[in-house]
Amino acid sequence: MKFKWIVLTFMITIATVLAGCEPLLVLDPKGPQAETTANVIWISIITMAVIVIVVIAMLVNMLVKYRASKQPVDYEPPHIEGNPIVEGIIVGIPILIVAFLSVVSVMSTYAVEGTPEGYEEQEPLVIYASSSNWKWHFSYPEQDIETVNYLFIPTNQAIEFRLYSHGTISSFWIPQLAGQKYAMADMVNTLNVVAEEPGEYVGRNANFNGEGFAENTFNVTAMPHDEFDTWIEEIHETADPLTEEKFTELLEPGHLGLMTFTGTHQDFKPAPEGENGGHDHGAPKENDTESDSDGNSHDEHSESEETDHSNH
Amino acid sequence: MEFFERFAIPHPSPMIYASMVAIALVTIAIAVGITYFKKWGYLWSEWLTTTDHKRIGIMYIISALLMLFRGGADAVMMRLQTAVPENAFLDAQHYNEVFTTHGVVMIIFMAMAFIIGLMNFVIPLQIGARDVAFPRLNALSFWLYFAGAMLFNISFVIGGSPDAGWTNYYPLANNEFSPSVGVNYYNWALQISGIGTLMTGINFIVTILKMRAPGMTLMKMPMFVWSGLITNVIIVFAFPVLTIALLMGTFDRQLGTFFFATTDGGMDMMWANLFWIWGHPEVYILILPAFGIYSQIISTFSERNLYGYKSMVASMVLISLLSFLVWLHHFFTMGQGALTNSIFSVTTMAIAVPTGIKIFNWLLTMWKGKIRFTTPMMYSIAFIPLFTIGGVTGVMLGIASADYQYHNTMFLVAHFHNVIIPGVVFAMIAGLIYWWPKMFGFMLNEKIGKWAFWFITVGFCFSFFPMYITGLDGQARRMYTYSESTGFGPLNMLSFFGAGLMAIGFAVLVYNIYYSFRKSPRNIGDDPWNGGRSLEWATHNPVPEYNFAVTPHVISSEALWDQKKRGHQIFRDKIEKIHMPNNTGWPIMVAGLFFVFGFSFIFNIWAGVILSAIAIFGFMGYRSFEKDDGRYISVEEIKETEDKFGGANK
Repeated sequence: MKFKWIVLTFMITIATVLAGCEPLLVLDPKGPQAETTANVIWISIITMAVIVIVVIAMLVNMLVKYRASKQPVDYEPPHIEGNPIVEGIIVGIPILIVAFLSVVSVMSTYAVEGTPEGYEEQEPLVIYASSSNWKWHFSYPEQDIETVNYLFIPTNQAIEFRLYSHGTISSFWIPQLAGQKYAMADMVNTLNVVAEEPGEYVGRNANFNGEGFAENTFNVTAMPHDEFDTWIEEIHETADPLTEEKFTELLEPGHLGLMTFTGTHQDFKPAPEGENGGHDHGAPKENDTESDSDGNSHDEHSESEETDHSNH
Repeated sequence: MEFFERFAIPHPSPMIYASMVAIALVTIAIAVGITYFKKWGYLWSEWLTTTDHKRIGIMYIISALLMLFRGGADAVMMRLQTAVPENAFLDAQHYNEVFTTHGVVMIIFMAMAFIIGLMNFVIPLQIGARDVAFPRLNALSFWLYFAGAMLFNISFVIGGSPDAGWTNYYPLANNEFSPSVGVNYYNWALQISGIGTLMTGINFIVTILKMRAPGMTLMKMPMFVWSGLITNVIIVFAFPVLTIALLMGTFDRQLGTFFFATTDGGMDMMWANLFWIWGHPEVYILILPAFGIYSQIISTFSERNLYGYKSMVASMVLISLLSFLVWLHHFFTMGQGALTNSIFSVTTMAIAVPTGIKIFNWLLTMWKGKIRFTTPMMYSIAFIPLFTIGGVTGVMLGIASADYQYHNTMFLVAHFHNVIIPGVVFAMIAGLIYWWPKMFGFMLNEKIGKWAFWFITVGFCFSFFPMYITGLDGQARRMYTYSESTGFGPLNMLSFFGAGLMAIGFAVLVYNIYYSFRKSPRNIGDDPWNGGRSLEWATHNPVPEYNFAVTPHVISSEALWDQKKRGHQIFRDKIEKIHMPNNTGWPIMVAGLFFVFGFSFIFNIWAGVILSAIAIFGFMGYRSFEKDDGRYISVEEIKETEDKFGGANK
């Protein structure tokens, strides 16, 4: 009986929350990758809800029908061994459900790992996203610019993020555009993303990486292609070039506001891919990919925090 | 003075200083109290040196309850900190230490200790044995666990707590990013208690395989014994991985190697793999004994035999095999590509099948039964729907593509608490209440027990269900704060409210122990639940030192039920003298040396490391040549004890 109340309370809570607020970020996709995952999540929620309801219904039935107070005092429950047919059913149905979800999982995993459907012909825009404690550096090698803690991307354009880190493992996540993926110091991961609606999105590091983790966020602005091109031109006119010295300074642990440079750090500190990869043990390394940050200078982030990263 | 500087805490706060004072005062109070009541001798001879599996089990459970309150205090602090946006109750560093210690304490020092405690107490009774196969090793296991737990718990007042999460991922956990001794504490506390756990695993496999009562074939073991056997097999296969991973971490941090470095041929991803190759089976080490407990309780209070015994056993064996094939789902997002993720996604979801079988078997055990709503049964009933919700969200997380959105969010936090609390914690409380009369000879008060149940269960729902929603709204786990514009505030406040209810529930649970100790009647007979089915209910409450006056005979997994309903005679032999192990101070002393060894190693005090290592080997050498053939309890003594319980055990 009480489960009805618990479940009811739960449902009412969900309903109030869902009705009162904007849609949940993950279920409010703005690109094909996030849309695929949102659909998969809905399919799984519905399938799983059926199972939960069946289990609760069976349980309530047992509790109501077979409680001691409903039975005669001298009632002696029978001795019942397993029954092959019943056990076949309770094995068979879960297998069918799991098989169905396995197909969903495999298909959708291949879908979100690949280039989004309809964008296969397009030459993807490559952006290197690298993390350092506790910032994000975005290098646009084709456009020859670099930004810190914010990202401008053209809409309806396949984007290939190449993720890596200058230290700890972090996780690059823009919930409304795609699921997350790790950025690590010794290899480059690729994340394919398309934004189909112009707008502002929240992005963050989702993987705990120390003291400044909570504020390790970035802003994403998606805009039509011509606006994006204008933005690039403006930067080439106004921003300062990124020097190796300046970049080393940026890598120091702490927080920075939004920053813009011409040139990218790929020229003097390339990503750990190909011959620069952490596991390319054969060739002698030219560049040391390890960051030179000093683990002891933890406490300077408060003064350098300039921007509110909130996006709602 | 320079020598002592290393013991200073790197991030002091008034709360930590207050805890230091509190710890010192409590320690002094306990010592003074024991001295005043002249209990040192009793404590030493009856408890600290005991090799009795029942007393070791009780010591495990007491330690686990202490750790539950330590970890629970951490949990309440976390929920308080995140209850409102931009809260300044804890700073980032302190919050990081709190969630790290919460995870480690709850998994390693609370849940593990609790299930091992219950296995210690119950399994020898259920198989009709006098003790475990290696009683002295068992004592050593406990004291090593205790040494590890104490080592971990002093970290926050001496040198600083670990702060890299209970998963302790490298490179975050290396010297560059975690310069304090915190992660050294993590390495050594887990290492020392892990050695104890591994010994427990070996000990119980041998006990269960070699020491069952006449007639008890493997397929006639009570379900809790089966779950214990499989759990201990998993322990023996999984824990060596942790041992090696921790050792590699220690080498990296303290001896200058590069196993988990991102340069010089090291690989940070290897830690994640090794950690979860141990870590996922660890989840099943916790949940399988819980399944065993529920099987016993549901069967007892439905007055029915367990439905589908064979499929219950088969599903546990299957779960134990699958548990070693799914570790990668903890980091689908590490970039191993669609093929690898798909394979592990399918193996992960496959675990739902044997688990589902168990759920339906429990439901079918209630079918045509005569269900009594006792406190242990209430926990077991609440377990079924709540664990199902936790299980199905696990399947949702197992879908790799969707996991990219759930990973590292509060959705994940909600899921694993949803399986661990109704799954493991409810089982431990239910098991404790269920077997409490066997341990102490009186029942816990049912009315107060049900109040605690309601607070804990309702509190659980309020605490963790909102996290599913905030997770889908993009709240990452382990954030010490968030801005108001994120909109996470109200639901986090609801979680804090739930945490408060749970805290009240646990306080009521403890009050119940105090109340029942004072008020409950003591002459409760051998079968106080009036429906006991397996062998442990055939002996007295509290269980005498030798467990059974004569060796029991068994024809099914429900020996006592057979005696009640089928005229089976459990005890037919004449009372003879009983061979029992001697008490020994050796285990506690060796564990003390391990504590010194670990502590010295943590702070790079090499003289302490070398001296304690030599002393440990010295103790082992002494043990190798020691002659200890145990002792006998005479027939007269047994008869006297049996008469006290109201007639010889016939």
